[in-house]
Amino acid sequence: MSLWRNQLHGPTDPAKDAGWEDPPPRKGFFTDTSICIGCKACEVACKEWNQLPMDHLGMTGDSYDNTSALGASTWRHVAFVEQDAERVEQARESGRLLAEEGPAGGPATGPRTPVALGLPSLRPGLHRITEQDVSRAPATGLPLTGPGTHVDIGPEATDLEAAEMAARQAAVDGTLPDFRWLIASDVCKHCTHAGCLDVCPTGALFRTEFGTVVVQADVCNGCGYCVPACPFGVIERRDRPTDANGERLKTAVKNEGVAQKCTLCYDRLEIGAKPACAQACPTTSIQFGDLSEMRQRAEERVEALHTKGFTEARVYGGDELDGVGGTGSVFLLLDEPEVYGLPPDPRVTTADLPDIFRKAGFAAGSMLVGAAIAFLGARS
Amino acid sequence: MPGLGASFGRGGATQFVQDMANADCIIIQGSNMAECHPVAYQWVTEAKLRGARVLHIDPRFTRTSATADRHVPLRVGSDVIFLGAIINYVLTHELYFAEYVRAFTNGPTLINEDYADTEDLDGLFSGYDPERGAYDLKSWAYATADDGDGDGDTDGKVGEAGAEEHGVEKREAAAGDQHGSGGPALEHARVLRDDTMTDPRCVLQILRRHYSRYTPEMVEQACGVSAEDFAYVVDSLVTNSGRDRTTCFAYAVGWTQHTLGAQFIRTASILQLLMGNIGRPGGGIMALRGHASIQGSTDIPTLFNLLPGYLPMPYAGRHDTFEHYLTSIASKQQKGFWVNADAYAINLLKAWWGDAATADNSWAFDYLPRINGSHNTYATVMGMLEDTVEGYFLLGQNPAVGSSNGRMQRMGMAHLKWLVVRDLQLIESATFWKDGPEIATGELRTEDIGTEVFFLPAASYAEKEGTFTQTQRLLQWRHKAVAPPGQSRSELHFFHELGKKIRARLADSTDPRDRPLLDLTWDYPEDEHGDPDAHAVLQEINGRYLTGDKAGELLPAFVEMKADGSTSGGCWIYTGVYAGGVNRAASRKPDAEQSWVSPEWGWAWPANRRILYNRASADPEGRPWSERKAYVWWDADKASWVGHDVPDFPVTKDPAYRPEPGTGGVAGLAGDDPFIMQADGKGWLFAPKGMVDGPLPTHYEPQESPVVNPLYGQQANPARMVYKRKDNLSAPSGTRPGADVYPYVATTYRLTEHHTAGGMSRWLPYLAELQPAFFCEVSPELAAERGLENGGWATIISPRAAVEARVLVTERMTPMTISGRQLHQIGLPYHWGVGGSDAVVSGDSANDLLGVTLDPNVAIQESKASSCDIRAGRRPTGEALLRLINEYQSRAGLTVETGNTLLTGGDEADR
Repeated sequence: MSLWRNQLHGPTDPAKDAGWEDPPPRKGFFTDTSICIGCKACEVACKEWNQLPMDHLGMTGDSYDNTSALGASTWRHVAFVEQDAERVEQARESGRLLAEEGPAGGPATGPRTPVALGLPSLRPGLHRITEQDVSRAPATGLPLTGPGTHVDIGPEATDLEAAEMAARQAAVDGTLPDFRWLIASDVCKHCTHAGCLDVCPTGALFRTEFGTVVVQADVCNGCGYCVPACPFGVIERRDRPTDANGERLKTAVKNEGVAQKCTLCYDRLEIGAKPACAQACPTTSIQFGDLSEMRQRAEERVEALHTKGFTEARVYGGDELDGVGGTGSVFLLLDEPEVYGLPPDPRVTTADLPDIFRKAGFAAGSMLVGAAIAFLGARS
Repeated sequence: MPGLGASFGRGGATQFVQDMANADCIIIQGSNMAECHPVAYQWVTEAKLRGARVLHIDPRFTRTSATADRHVPLRVGSDVIFLGAIINYVLTHELYFAEYVRAFTNGPTLINEDYADTEDLDGLFSGYDPERGAYDLKSWAYATADDGDGDGDTDGKVGEAGAEEHGVEKREAAAGDQHGSGGPALEHARVLRDDTMTDPRCVLQILRRHYSRYTPEMVEQACGVSAEDFAYVVDSLVTNSGRDRTTCFAYAVGWTQHTLGAQFIRTASILQLLMGNIGRPGGGIMALRGHASIQGSTDIPTLFNLLPGYLPMPYAGRHDTFEHYLTSIASKQQKGFWVNADAYAINLLKAWWGDAATADNSWAFDYLPRINGSHNTYATVMGMLEDTVEGYFLLGQNPAVGSSNGRMQRMGMAHLKWLVVRDLQLIESATFWKDGPEIATGELRTEDIGTEVFFLPAASYAEKEGTFTQTQRLLQWRHKAVAPPGQSRSELHFFHELGKKIRARLADSTDPRDRPLLDLTWDYPEDEHGDPDAHAVLQEINGRYLTGDKAGELLPAFVEMKADGSTSGGCWIYTGVYAGGVNRAASRKPDAEQSWVSPEWGWAWPANRRILYNRASADPEGRPWSERKAYVWWDADKASWVGHDVPDFPVTKDPAYRPEPGTGGVAGLAGDDPFIMQADGKGWLFAPKGMVDGPLPTHYEPQESPVVNPLYGQQANPARMVYKRKDNLSAPSGTRPGADVYPYVATTYRLTEHHTAGGMSRWLPYLAELQPAFFCEVSPELAAERGLENGGWATIISPRAAVEARVLVTERMTPMTISGRQLHQIGLPYHWGVGGSDAVVSGDSANDLLGVTLDPNVAIQESKASSCDIRAGRRPTGEALLRLINEYQSRAGLTVETGNTLLTGGDEADR
């Protein structure tokens, strides 16, 4: 049963499972929502590169989010969530509990812990980024030299004034704001155990050598099995765009009726380029690279934010023990996943397939045995 | 940008965007940087990751606020009170950088005894002329030692370098724009100083008194900012300024688009000088320009009042000879590089008219057109309505949507004989004659409009070659990726062709008035498509030697420009961009392969300096203020200024050097005069010249404001430019009758998803779908007060127009408590328009609501603050719309005089 287990749930290397010999390191995203400015460059760059059609022209009235959700014509979606102080406090508290519980902590309240943060506890003292912290900051491609890099304020600062300043910074860092505006760019999770791929009857969905999940539009027959199979509601069949009144436009669009979703820019990856969204992101909120590194960066960034008092920060996705065997897209969120429209405890719909088969087999066996007994009984 | 020009000597951002990453604190005010400059914002993000504190001070909670450490909501238009209170606080508590102020600013300089402050005159400075509604600037001058007794009696010469001293003349020429690359002229640099800065007539003491009533309590009452928030901002600035640390300010059109916009910028300039944050890494004032090449369009201007390199446009009757003209720019006795204005002007004239420009004809100075008034964009439209302007070129501009008082714009264009629109799309300004709002109301009928409209498709940025000069004065070469489709052509092609055709038409003319056109050097090489060679144009701008051994070679730097006709150059501040025959604007060395200042990425004017006034990054003796903030310093062994950047100072001038009193020009600069374009080499806390509406920023209410000026009897800027017209009515302010008819404050702005008037975004499906509809942002409190529903419709009515918008109810809009009264602000993005062909999305234009009342320094409209009413539901259409607007106007009792009384001091009823 171990083969089944690996391919349908639990930790594994999906590219190898799919039969790739000696695949490159698994690729993925780290989306750091704490530095996202909501410019939506990712949405536009994605549509440009992948030549996706317009989706709909209606104003939703839902903050600055007129995209609403991921779908067949929208592969990156930026969510905007406006929150008051009370909600921020709750988020901070739930994040703190999450960090304290660690991997072993049971989900007494709220969602299960997605990943081990390994935080000893909230560290007092260090409140400005030190040289070491800078070196561990996300690889932004920005020069980390020049004045200001070497900040001599920290626990080792001897200057009394500097220490005072650090204390003052501590007093304001993490101060509860009256209001905040969460902004987060969502994308396909490229699950380790991808329900969409498992249920595809045509082979249109396949696992690439980078461990990502891609649909081949010219193979897909539009059966739609994959749509309910996705625990995140990512994949959909393409429909025509709607106008401001919700009416469908008359003009046909490319790949109409065919299931579509983010390919993690498979075509760009093959030539060693970054996905279009990561390339376009001006603040490095969207980072791309080896998945193991993405996961590590996410954990380090969460730790840095917790140190500054922002205990609402948490990692979403990437935990190999979660219901999809870990996602290929890792996020840093500043509240519980539901707030962003993400499932708190995603579970691949095919996870129980072996069990179902086993039980079905057992049932069938029982039936046969029962029938045999019945016959035998009848004979006797 | 006279706010920066008058303060520091050059009207451009004082540093480069990447340097923001070196700041310990970033204060963003008057800018929504994350939304409007998202790419540059990466350096703010970087600074934050390094541990800097980021503050956003703005009426609205925007995407910038979302990532800032704190958002401080502020009442629209109250910025001078807020910043003035910080100035007062740091002066009172002695928290300013005294050593820097004493050495590098005019803080110790004495002002003459005729000067009277707004504290003495209830909101006016000395020299106000009520007849002309403008200031005589004489009484703001420095005291001078010339009369020998040192008692400060002026000798009648100070401040008279220019022929035009009266503010009204400066205003007509929007003279403030001239300080883009050099501070205002002084007769000489012999000034009186008190280095103890205790003399009551010294600038620092005048500053103390001027802002003495700008207190945290006043901030709370008039700006709506809590004492706690104010303390946080002061604390952030003070703890992050000084020898070891620097704070940077960033602003954009949230400061400029006010009737005292230039003074908002001056207030920040004063503060940054006091804190010692100018000329140093991680400091400065980042002036974020509105478009890709707006800095370029003032360097090589599209403005009526400027010639390339910030040389003024000659004014009829005042600059009738070349000598008069040169004298008005700079005195030979003042300090610094601006004394060589003769060379800069002659080189420009040689570039334009070549051999036809000779010493005998004053280098063809008389070929230059003259101005005779304020021909700003709004005056031009009024000229159309009076039929004095017959033709109009629109290049990448959509005034039917993008300019204040859109109705006046469209009505004006309907008076034209011809209109040329060069754009990517058939924008509203090209189709107003058949589908504009006035057609719908019946005010205009297509068959009555005689305007002949020519639409010429334009090449986009990817389809043509040339340079952009961006926000930090950086020239970047833009390569042509593809040929433009169909008949689309570049601007270069269009103007070159137009010039060739006109010259061909005039070829046989003997009329002397055609000589300027016929003598023009107009011989750029063309490629196979007829496109002129953009490199040849940039080389002409850079300049060449005309005679001698090096004849034909490109000039390496503007100091090589001679005033004898032996060199030519089309824009002195750009000289060096093609030094050595290399197009330095096209330099693209990756940052990893060069120093963090990245001098080989593009080319910045002047002389590729990235941080201006960087002499100030070292102390008076030339040593870095601190190891951490070392940038440019004096190397005694090499007897030279060295460091990370090109020194913005004569490279071999010893810090200890002191000129003979009275020495002018570059030799007159002392070793501790870091502001080399200023007439006295110092940063100006007090601007004795250069600003037409006051030497020190003073709080005035906007043209339309529900608030009574809490500080002075003078309600609004007494020198603002008002236009008393029936098509440009204003709402009453304060407690005046009728003010309650328009009880709310509207402020306009842009969104990341769209580009200005929408010509580059509303026609693109990917952008249009992201923000498909014109909306207004209101607080839940205002929504409850007026029955507005999220996602529903609202009608917004101003004294000029009524528009409809979808409603976005959001806590990001905060009702302000001003002097105990609740005040609501309404946010209006202005990207949509009515009409235009085939736009993916359209809608009413917020700019239709705005009036035309201008800042006197730069003739910029007050689009950030206006009065309005809001009600639930869609607006009426057709004639009923006009009736609604009229009904409001008559209820408020509006006349052309309403709100337009310039002088209101002492008369309570007039406020």
